[in-house]
Amino acid sequence: MDKRVVITGMGVVSPIATGIKEFHNAIKENRSGIKFIEELKNYGFACQIGGIPDISGSIYNSIIEKYKLTDSSKMIIYAIIAALEAWESAGFNVPDYDSNFTDYQTGCVIGSGIGPADIFGEKIIPYTNQGNIKKLRSTIVEHSMLSGASANLTGILALGNHISMNSSACSTGTESIILGYERIKEGKALRMIVGGSEAYSPYGWSGFDSMRVLTRSFNENPQKGSRPLSNTASGFVPGAGAGILILEEYESAKKRSAKIYGEIIGSHINSGGQRNGGTMSAPNSEGVIKCITETIKSSKISSQKIDYISGHLSSTMADPLEIKNWSEALDRKNDNFPYVNSLKSMTGHCIGASGAIETIAGIIQMNNNFIHASLNSEDLHTDIVQYVSREKIPLQTIENINIDYFVKASFGFGDVNSCMILKK
Amino acid sequence: MYDFKKISLKLLSLQLLNKNKMDNLKQEIFEILTKYSFNKELIKSATEESNITKDLKINSARIVDIVLDVEEKYDIEINDEELENIQTIKDMLNIINSKSK
Repeated sequence: MDKRVVITGMGVVSPIATGIKEFHNAIKENRSGIKFIEELKNYGFACQIGGIPDISGSIYNSIIEKYKLTDSSKMIIYAIIAALEAWESAGFNVPDYDSNFTDYQTGCVIGSGIGPADIFGEKIIPYTNQGNIKKLRSTIVEHSMLSGASANLTGILALGNHISMNSSACSTGTESIILGYERIKEGKALRMIVGGSEAYSPYGWSGFDSMRVLTRSFNENPQKGSRPLSNTASGFVPGAGAGILILEEYESAKKRSAKIYGEIIGSHINSGGQRNGGTMSAPNSEGVIKCITETIKSSKISSQKIDYISGHLSSTMADPLEIKNWSEALDRKNDNFPYVNSLKSMTGHCIGASGAIETIAGIIQMNNNFIHASLNSEDLHTDIVQYVSREKIPLQTIENINIDYFVKASFGFGDVNSCMILKK
Repeated sequence: MYDFKKISLKLLSLQLLNKNKMDNLKQEIFEILTKYSFNKELIKSATEESNITKDLKINSARIVDIVLDVEEKYDIEINDEELENIQTIKDMLNIINSKSK
């Protein structure tokens, strides 16, 4: 018998806010976190705007210092700050560093799309090129390994179940949640700490700039740059941050009277195989639609029950195609199309963290009966208006609205897809 | 001939000076070790005989960083063989004393 899986904790580091409470306010007030970034200009980027989190006020900085992580990759620092908030919000304590209890029922999979490019760019490559290997010190590996976020968190929380990291480009965050969901559903863990984290680093963003997928037209007007669903969308705006969730087996959560933020009732992960119009960077619609319909099937609800879509919608040419795919997969159109928005309109595209941060935003909206705006979508793309009525894409926050079910999907380079349905 | 009283006084003051220098050095080593320790109490109660990894519970990988800090602070170089022989605080003091200009 499959176990039921619920969400009992959440933590966030994002360009619009660090910490769930402030993040809640920020999405409700539709704040943009996109700014002009001098450093990108100095490096000669065509796109000089982005979303960078401010972690200076976090109460978890003391633990970052205690565990000597201040010099580690931002991928690790963001993830640990978000994970500690999630852990405490789930009602758990941070154990003493020398306690003797290992928690074999809790695992951790924290993903990243780009990984710790900051430390490679700032230390490993220059010091190695200089022949100054010694200067890398003994902490360099733990500060820059791909599994650095989950590995360091394991030491802080004494975790003893599956500890790993996942990477599937922009699909990473959602995929991570599904990996944790499946592990608990199969009875292999009681709790999984899941999500994604993406560092701010010019070294991580320059490749996207060179391939011209970042917008180049809004350096003078940063807050207008991220415009998912818009006719004038011209590429995504890069962002950084982390979203972490505590997934827990339902009976375990109930037994300890934990606050339950929602339940995952179905999911699917697949790829379009880079065929039938799919490429390394463009989706095969057949694969996307199959991913969504398989998710619906596994959730055992009708697609007509979906109240809200937390889209992937990254402010690129792919947005109209995504809406068309949603419409076909859910068999919903015009007035019957669910509400849809894109958090990326406020945060930019936080790559491997985006799916997790957006899932958290979805859960907050579901529990507080509102749907935030999709900023800069005034001029809806002409290929979108034939599928969705204007009022289903909010320009301002819609309040007093009931969301029983929402669907979250993320799509990434490699033609990879992940999708899940959450229930109140 | 010799003024023994004067000489012994001079020796004594030299010893005191050395002792002061040693105390300062020890203090500086403790400060470096504290950076790499979780349990600051262990450092406070440490003696010259304390083993850095076993008694002070400092992760053995961190010896590399401690030695780097010491090299930078005293402008000395400690080679791999010497590094491997550093176990106690006294070992560290001796190596600094033998190399300091």
